[in-house]
Amino acid sequence: MNSPIFRTVAPFLTSLMLLFSLFVLLRGHNAPGGGFIGGLVAVAALAIHGAAWGVETVRRAIVFHPLSIAAFGLFLSCIAGFASAAAGVPFMTGLWVTVHVLGSAVALSSVMLFDLGVYLVVVGALLAIVLALEEEEGV
Amino acid sequence: MAASSVIDVSAALAAGPATAAQWLVVLPAASCLLLSAVLVMLWRQPRLQQLLAVAGLAFLVLVDLLLLRQVLATGPVTMVMGRWLPPFGIAFTADLTGVLMALAAALVAFVVCLSAAGERETSGRGDGFYPMLLMLMAGVSGAFLTGDIFNLYVWFEVLLIASFGLIALGPERAQIDGALKYAVLNLVATTLFLIAVGILYAVFGTLNMADIVMKAPDLRETAPLVTLTALFLLAFGMKAAAFPVNFWLPAAYHTPRPAVAALFAGLLTKVGIYALLRVTVMLFPPEREQLEPLIATVAVATMLTGGLGALAQNDIRRMLGFVVIAGIGTVLAGLSLGGPGGIGGALFYALHSMVLMTALYLAIGEAGRIGGSFSLAALGGLYGRHAGFAGLCLCLFFAASGLPPFSGFWPKAMLVKAALDVGAWWLAGAMLLSGFLLTIAFGRVFLMAFWRPAKETAPPVLALRWQAIGPLLLLAALVVGFGAFPELLLRTVQDAEITLDNPQAYLGSVFPQGAAP
Repeated sequence: MNSPIFRTVAPFLTSLMLLFSLFVLLRGHNAPGGGFIGGLVAVAALAIHGAAWGVETVRRAIVFHPLSIAAFGLFLSCIAGFASAAAGVPFMTGLWVTVHVLGSAVALSSVMLFDLGVYLVVVGALLAIVLALEEEEGV
Repeated sequence: MAASSVIDVSAALAAGPATAAQWLVVLPAASCLLLSAVLVMLWRQPRLQQLLAVAGLAFLVLVDLLLLRQVLATGPVTMVMGRWLPPFGIAFTADLTGVLMALAAALVAFVVCLSAAGERETSGRGDGFYPMLLMLMAGVSGAFLTGDIFNLYVWFEVLLIASFGLIALGPERAQIDGALKYAVLNLVATTLFLIAVGILYAVFGTLNMADIVMKAPDLRETAPLVTLTALFLLAFGMKAAAFPVNFWLPAAYHTPRPAVAALFAGLLTKVGIYALLRVTVMLFPPEREQLEPLIATVAVATMLTGGLGALAQNDIRRMLGFVVIAGIGTVLAGLSLGGPGGIGGALFYALHSMVLMTALYLAIGEAGRIGGSFSLAALGGLYGRHAGFAGLCLCLFFAASGLPPFSGFWPKAMLVKAALDVGAWWLAGAMLLSGFLLTIAFGRVFLMAFWRPAKETAPPVLALRWQAIGPLLLLAALVVGFGAFPELLLRTVQDAEITLDNPQAYLGSVFPQGAAP
């Protein structure tokens, strides 16, 4: 799209939305949000960038093929399930580790890893569709 | 707020560590899913993809074998997801019926993968075949091993998505056409299934199958269970290609390449059959009895459309589509009869059909390749060039028609006997008639494509490839083996029928304490 206003605003909007998508992802454990919605927000952000600066820019920016990203997400989610085997509990049981970073306690869990996987699956799969559509339309 | 944080949830959590036997229940679906993710990431390395896929499916066969051994030794095995006990959590429960189906599916997928690996060398670079094959197997294994009816729906979706991808692989226009018909009809069926699950949840307040079995007697007086069962029958009947919702199958199955068609013919309709057995025999047996006349009518119509349709086709691949349908009709006949003979026979026939239909599609795919055509008008002279291959095909044809001494004979004998025992002579007659029609149809194929000398103008018959014949021999060995020595399978199938019909052991495995909270 050849609008100077849109082209100027798009990078800011994209970065803001990507940041927000991560916030939604991490917030998801105890409040509305999570990997799925976070992933959708991220895809919307990248779609805006693609509309403003062309699909190629987005493809370069995400480095990997969208479907590889989705597959990596699926891989992470499966790993999060299999991690339970190491702890001797049933498949998909949540495991927690508390890490102390700079004096504050951060709770990490296999649930979070699973959600991160969902995020990547949504980003990868939807981005593959969105980019293909944008390419076809020539926006 | 303070009160909510002190709720003791330990009663809802499984105590004690998970055993290796329990892990075997989730491993088939989970490992396939994991491997399919890895294979997508390796899309630039087709050789490595191929190797990993073959190794992964061999592993799947091994896991299913170990699970079968476990189930035979101790009865049904259950693992709950995330330690949440049913009915809160999702349970994976493997009983004999599920494990037998899962094992047959794994074997079929392994053989198809080997055969596709041979095909691949001629067609060049890899595509999405292997990742989607593994994803399909995740869906199929999950569907056979889950103990939760909504989860069953989820696995149906997984295998459906993978099968859409597989059927659309390739550049031909006819494939897109076939894929569309397949996709639309299956989406309708899946939606009906989802609606039925929604009603089920509204009635029972639970989705765990064992829990439903326990709650059903109290609700039988008031809840519309026959309607619900009929809805399930329609949804799964569509999946299984039962008359009158079977027209998508012959319209779609001849379009993809032989390995994919073989996989579909072996697996997809049988998942519908499995779901039908699980829901009608285990969850709602009195409702099944009420629907018996309906199921029997559908079965007869399905068998006859299959037999007549097979006779009317000139394209061999299209003909095989109708053979699949005739087989489904036979299984439905068993379902309508009930009891050890009916359900056991249906289960045996479903297992036999998984192996046999895959073998038939692979064999016909190879026959079409070496003969240069799938049309009966053009083919000829295959026997003269490859007598051994023709013999192999003839064995498979006999097995599909239900002639002894191959594996198709025993389940048919069981079913005919069961039908005559209850005086359903017309059902027995329909089974025999459909077998007779298939015999004629296959006789016609053998006569025209194999026996008849090749036409003067026809291209010369090509050489066989061992990559195609090797996997085929593996399946044919099973067909002949279980035809010659059926006792082991007969006994196992009857045991499976007992646990399905009288699921005390299944319930005990899901609720070890005896009662639901």
